[in-house]
Amino acid sequence: MDKLNLDQHISRQFNADLEELKTQLLEMGGLVEQQTINAVKAITTPDSDLAERVLVTEEEVDARELKLDENCTLVLARRQPAASDLRMVLSVARITRDLERMGDEAHKVAKMAIHLNEHGEAPRGYVELRHIGTIVHQMVISALDAFARFDVDLAISVAQEDKKVDQEYKSAMRELATYMMEDPRSISRVLNIIWALRALERIGDHAANIAEHVIYLVKGLDVRHQSLQEMERQVKEQ
Amino acid sequence: MEAIVDQTAKVDPMNKVNTELSKENPEAHDLSGLETVGIPFTDTAKMSMRDVNVFYADKQAIFDVSLDIGQNEVLAMIGPSGCGKSTFLRCLNRMNDTIDICSVQGSLKLEGQDIYDPKLDVVPLRARVGMVFQKPNPFPKSIYDNVAYGPRIHGLVNRRTDLDEIVETSLQKAGLWKEVRDRLHSPGTGLSGGQQQRLCIARTIAVSPEVILMDEPCSALDPIATAKIEELIAELSENFTIAIVTHSMQQAARVSHRTAYFHLGKLVEVNETEKVFTNPDHKLTEAYITGRFG
Repeated sequence: MDKLNLDQHISRQFNADLEELKTQLLEMGGLVEQQTINAVKAITTPDSDLAERVLVTEEEVDARELKLDENCTLVLARRQPAASDLRMVLSVARITRDLERMGDEAHKVAKMAIHLNEHGEAPRGYVELRHIGTIVHQMVISALDAFARFDVDLAISVAQEDKKVDQEYKSAMRELATYMMEDPRSISRVLNIIWALRALERIGDHAANIAEHVIYLVKGLDVRHQSLQEMERQVKEQ
Repeated sequence: MEAIVDQTAKVDPMNKVNTELSKENPEAHDLSGLETVGIPFTDTAKMSMRDVNVFYADKQAIFDVSLDIGQNEVLAMIGPSGCGKSTFLRCLNRMNDTIDICSVQGSLKLEGQDIYDPKLDVVPLRARVGMVFQKPNPFPKSIYDNVAYGPRIHGLVNRRTDLDEIVETSLQKAGLWKEVRDRLHSPGTGLSGGQQQRLCIARTIAVSPEVILMDEPCSALDPIATAKIEELIAELSENFTIAIVTHSMQQAARVSHRTAYFHLGKLVEVNETEKVFTNPDHKLTEAYITGRFG
């Protein structure tokens, strides 16, 4: 049942309600995607003005979370959706939550960017930030595309990318820890980079969560808290 | 027991089926070769139906339906008007015998016993497989006599005290005792719609049936009376096997263990109710429960 036929209800208002949820979620996703890329640019360039813009966008993201939650509640109360419609509303509510948290993490990166600009650049870690930032940004785009197109294969590729980010993150941690041991004077500034890397890694985790919600939406499979191999196996078997 | 036969049975069912079929575009609904998906059979079958075909004269209303109803299970049957769910339900205690042009083929068994065996007496069968109808239909008698009617005609009791006990227990099981204990000899028709329906349920369970068939039992009731009946269904399933036909999908979702979806006389899908309402296997089921054009 890959095609969800959200516009095939006898009630045209129900079609419109669900379409509206989808549109609003993608708009919120667009904001968070922009926040992610701007936060990475703000810390690697560095650019405090851009970082400030990320902080301002955060308020807009929070407001959209509240609005989407309210709209999901209304659809549940008015329509008592079932099957794919129910999964649609639940997925939108869950993805909204992940997007809001991604916004929070981008906010953290922007704060580190401002802090580093005020207290001097870190001696290391920018290559890693750019590298992991690029992968994570692409994951956010792909996760939102997977939702927009109900594309399970793309969702699985996001989960696969998350494994890559985890490895890159661990490797960056090892390198930066070694550097801090060699040059204790840099600890404070390198720690800022580590916090920012950690925030990016968390954005990747949330993008992977979105991918899981997409699989639930399209296939009706709850693949949370499972290994990647298990997830792939279940999707393939269905 | 013939008096309990619902008035709606007198509507010409052949005409109903024809009307519904003619509304559909036959090309959009090519169901030839359709096989039931999901889990139509159970290991604990109380009733087993295999390859059931039902005809109203030469018009076929049910096509090759095979289905089990498990012991102490609540099975909901859903589907659009004219899909055959009520016709199928009525086969389960031979209520369709009252319609001259109706013929039933296939195997229908209650605990292994063929219920269409020509030698079988339908009166005790209908005591074992009771029925509650869409419209509450108490007899124009007292509340007490409504419940006592079945045990009396089936000769289940010899003493008045035993009958009193059956009446009280049945009304308690139907959740009506507290409301009527002081007016047992008032007419049953003087109760509210919800109370009348619970009285009909008490009347059904007074003869200790094994299976209770319910044909849209709440469609004439308000939400509070409906909630009481639904609560009752959950309690009754501890002692009885229940098959319920309903037009309310939410009701099917709330009360049943398994849900069967009928479409144009065919059994499309039977699955755990949770599965049917979150991720049904068949696209026709999905279209119906989500209100899409099927």
